[in-house]
Amino acid sequence: MQPAPAMPKSWRVDNKPHKFCPGCGHGLILKCLGQAIDELEIQSRVVYGCDIGCSLLSWDLFNLDTVQTHHGRTTPVMTGMKRARPELLCIAYMGDGGGYSIGVQHLVGAAMRNEKITVIVANNTQYAMTGGQMAPTTLPGQKTETCPYGRDPGATGLPFQGAEMISAIAPDGAYVARGSISHLTQLTGFLKKALKNQIDGHGFSLVEALSACPTNWRTDAARTWEFIEKDMAGYFKRGEIKIPGQKEATANA
Amino acid sequence: MSEELVIEEKRVFMTGNEVVAWAALAAGADIMYGYPITPQNEIMHYWSRLAPRYGKDFLQTEDELSAGFATAGGVMAGRKAFTATAGSGSVLMQEPLAMAEMMRLPTVTVVQQRGGPSTATVIYSQQEVTLTTMGGNGEGMRVVYSTAGHQDLYDYTIKAFNLAWKYRFPTFVLGDGYQAKMREPLTIYDPEKRGITLLEPDPYVGREGEPGRDRPPAQYRNTYNLEEELYEKLMSDIRDFEKISTEIAEYESMHTEEAELVIVAHGIVFRAVREAVGNLREQGLRVGGFRPVTLRPLPAPQIRDLVDGLKKILVVESAYGQIARLLKEAAYGAACEIHTLFKPGVGIAAGEIEDRVKEILK
Amino acid sequence: MPETTRMVLAGEGGQGVQAIAEILAEAANEEGRQALYIPNFGVEQRGGVSVAFLQISDDAIGSPKFLKGDVVAALSDRAVQRTAPYAGPETTFIYDSAMEGVADDLPQDAARVMPVPAMEVAKKEFHPRVYNMVMMGALIGATGIIPLDRARAAIEKRFGYKFEKQPQLRDLNFRALERGMELGCGTEGVIN
Repeated sequence: MQPAPAMPKSWRVDNKPHKFCPGCGHGLILKCLGQAIDELEIQSRVVYGCDIGCSLLSWDLFNLDTVQTHHGRTTPVMTGMKRARPELLCIAYMGDGGGYSIGVQHLVGAAMRNEKITVIVANNTQYAMTGGQMAPTTLPGQKTETCPYGRDPGATGLPFQGAEMISAIAPDGAYVARGSISHLTQLTGFLKKALKNQIDGHGFSLVEALSACPTNWRTDAARTWEFIEKDMAGYFKRGEIKIPGQKEATANA
Repeated sequence: MSEELVIEEKRVFMTGNEVVAWAALAAGADIMYGYPITPQNEIMHYWSRLAPRYGKDFLQTEDELSAGFATAGGVMAGRKAFTATAGSGSVLMQEPLAMAEMMRLPTVTVVQQRGGPSTATVIYSQQEVTLTTMGGNGEGMRVVYSTAGHQDLYDYTIKAFNLAWKYRFPTFVLGDGYQAKMREPLTIYDPEKRGITLLEPDPYVGREGEPGRDRPPAQYRNTYNLEEELYEKLMSDIRDFEKISTEIAEYESMHTEEAELVIVAHGIVFRAVREAVGNLREQGLRVGGFRPVTLRPLPAPQIRDLVDGLKKILVVESAYGQIARLLKEAAYGAACEIHTLFKPGVGIAAGEIEDRVKEILK
Repeated sequence: MPETTRMVLAGEGGQGVQAIAEILAEAANEEGRQALYIPNFGVEQRGGVSVAFLQISDDAIGSPKFLKGDVVAALSDRAVQRTAPYAGPETTFIYDSAMEGVADDLPQDAARVMPVPAMEVAKKEFHPRVYNMVMMGALIGATGIIPLDRARAAIEKRFGYKFEKQPQLRDLNFRALERGMELGCGTEGVIN
C-alpha cells in the first residue's frame, strides 16, 4: 500500500477523493489554499464560497463553512457576508468564466470598493463544466467548442488580462497576484498573502491561478504542462501585480 | 457610538418609502443592500441616513443581481438583511431570489411596482405580481404580502422579517409607486411593546468553533446531481410551504355574505374597492369586496368559499390579468362568473369600478 | 364641503405647487384629519408640468387616484391644459388671471371658474417668489379647506430652517398667504 498523499488539515477527509477530473488544476489550487489556511490558522474564521462551473464541485471539499452560489455571483454573496459580519474571512472561488465574464461587473465593483474579501480565479482558458466553450481568456488560435477553428482575435478579442485590470482599478490596500499550478509554492505564498491582506483589513485581494483542463483541452500530461508553461505563460505573466503600500509592481515570470 | 433605537408609538405623516425604512429599523434589520431604481430610491435614502445612527449598515452595490446576492450573503451570516427594488430591477433580482428559494434563505425584499414591461413608467402599476409570486426558475416558494397603504407597509414589513426568519422562505412586501411616493398618516410603534416578539436571526455559517473539529462544517449548495435528489429536496420544501399556507395566508373581506357580486382586488386598488362598495351599497346594490393580503400563498380556502357561494365576481387590477390568473386557479371549477376590469399600468378610481359593477348588474 | 375634498394642483417645475400640496396635507394631518398627498413624477427630474394630487377627509381615504377634483388649481398656462380634464360639474377651478391665451382651455362645465390675480399681487406687493403662497392663500380662502393658523404652522414646519437664516422671509410668506386669502374670499368668479 502506498501512503496517502498529505492532505491539508482544512480539507475534509471523509469524502475524498475529490470530484475533479484526473489532471484537473482545481485540486492543486485548492490544496494550496488549504495549506495557506492551515498555515495562517484561520480555519474557524473562514467562509468559503464557490461558484457555478467546475468550482462548485468543491462545495464539500473543505472542513470549512461553505456556500455554493451562482455563476459569477460568489463575489457579491461573499461581499454581503463580509459587510454583515466583518470578523469572518470570506473567500470567493470561481473560474475565469465566472470571474471575468458573467461576474466581471461584480469583480470590478468589489475591487473598486476595496471589499475586504479574497477572490480566487482559476484560469483554464475556457468554460469547462459546460463542455469547453470559448472564454475571455481563450488564447488566440486556441480551439474550443464555440471557436472550433481557433479563436480569431479580430472577431472575438484577445485574452482578457483580468488580474492587470483589477490591479489598475483597485485602490491602495488591494493585493493582486497571478500564480500557476506549475509553481505550487509560489501560488501558496500568493494565497497566503491575499488572505493576510484580508486579515489585516487592508482591502480587496485577487489571486488568479493558471490552471489546467486536460479533459477539454484534450491534452496528455506532457502537452498539458507545455500549454500552461509555454502557451498560457506567453499571455499571462506570473507574479505579484499589486501590493499594498507599493507602486504597481511589474509581473515577473 | 450608535444611539439606542427608541420608537415611540405615535401618529406620523410621511411617504411610503420612509415608512419602509422605519419599519425595517423597528423590525431590527441590520443591513440593507440596494441599487437605485425609481420608485424605491427613498427607502435607501432614508435607511442610509438612519442606519449609521443605530449601528446599522448600508451597501450600494453595482447592480440588482449584486444587491440580491449580497442580501443572501448577509442573511447566511446571520444578520437581518433586506433589499428593495422595482421594475426591471425586480427582473434582475429573480436570479438571487431563486437561489434564496432553493437554499431557504430568509431574505426580505420590498418591491415598489412601476409600469412595465421594460423601462415603461417610473410611476405605478400592479404588473409585478407574476414576477414577485412566481418569478425565477422554480415553484414560487415565497411569501408575498400586498400592502394597501402606509399602515400596511409598516405592519407587514415588520411581519415579513419575522416570517422570513421563522419559516426561511424568501419574503416580499409588494407595494407600488403610489404607496412609495404618497404621504398619508400612520401610527408607528415598537413591535415588542405591542407584544410582537422579534425573532433573533440564526446564522447559517460562521458559528463558534472549528469546522471538522468542534462541529461539522456548515455547507450549503443549490446544485444537485440526480433528478431524484432534487425531487426529494423540492417536495420537502413544497410540503413545508403547503403546511404553513393556511396559517400565514391573510385576507380582508367586506359584505361578502349575501352579496350578488364581490369585487376582488389586492393592494392599493382595494382602497378604491372599499370606496366603491360603500357607494354602491348606499345605492342599494348587494356588492361586497374581497382582498387577498398574501398573494403567495393565496387564501385559497376563502377564495373557494367565496366563489362557491356566489354568482359573480369582478376582478380589478392595474395589470392585465395577473392577479386574475392566480384567482382563477384557486377558483377552478366554480360556476361563478368572473368579470374583469384590467387597467395595466394605471391607477383605478372608485368611480370606474362603480360604473363597471353597474354595467355587469344591469 | 363634501366628506372628502379632492384637489389637483399644477404648475411649472419650480413654481412650488408640490410645496402647496405638502403644506395643505401637513396642516390637515396636524388637525387630526386624514390627508393623502401624491406628487406626479416622471422620468424627468426637472421641467415639465408638475402636478400634485391631494385629498383631505374626516374618514379613511380610498384610492390615491381620482377622476374629478373638487378643487383644481392651475398656476401656469400649460397647467390649465394639463388639469382641465380633472374638472367636472362640481369643480371649483382656480387659475391665475394674468395668463394669456388660456380661454379656450378653461373647463366649460366646472361649477365655478375663478381667476385670481395672484401673480400680479405677488409682483406688485411682495416678490414673484411668493406667487405660490398667494395662490395657496386664495385656495384656502375659496374653499376653507384648512384654518389659517394650521397653514401657518405647516409653513413654519416646512420652511422654518430658511426663516431661521432670513427672518424677513417668514413675514413675507405669511403676508402673501393672508393677502391670497383675501383674494380667494373676495373673488366670486364665474358660477355655472
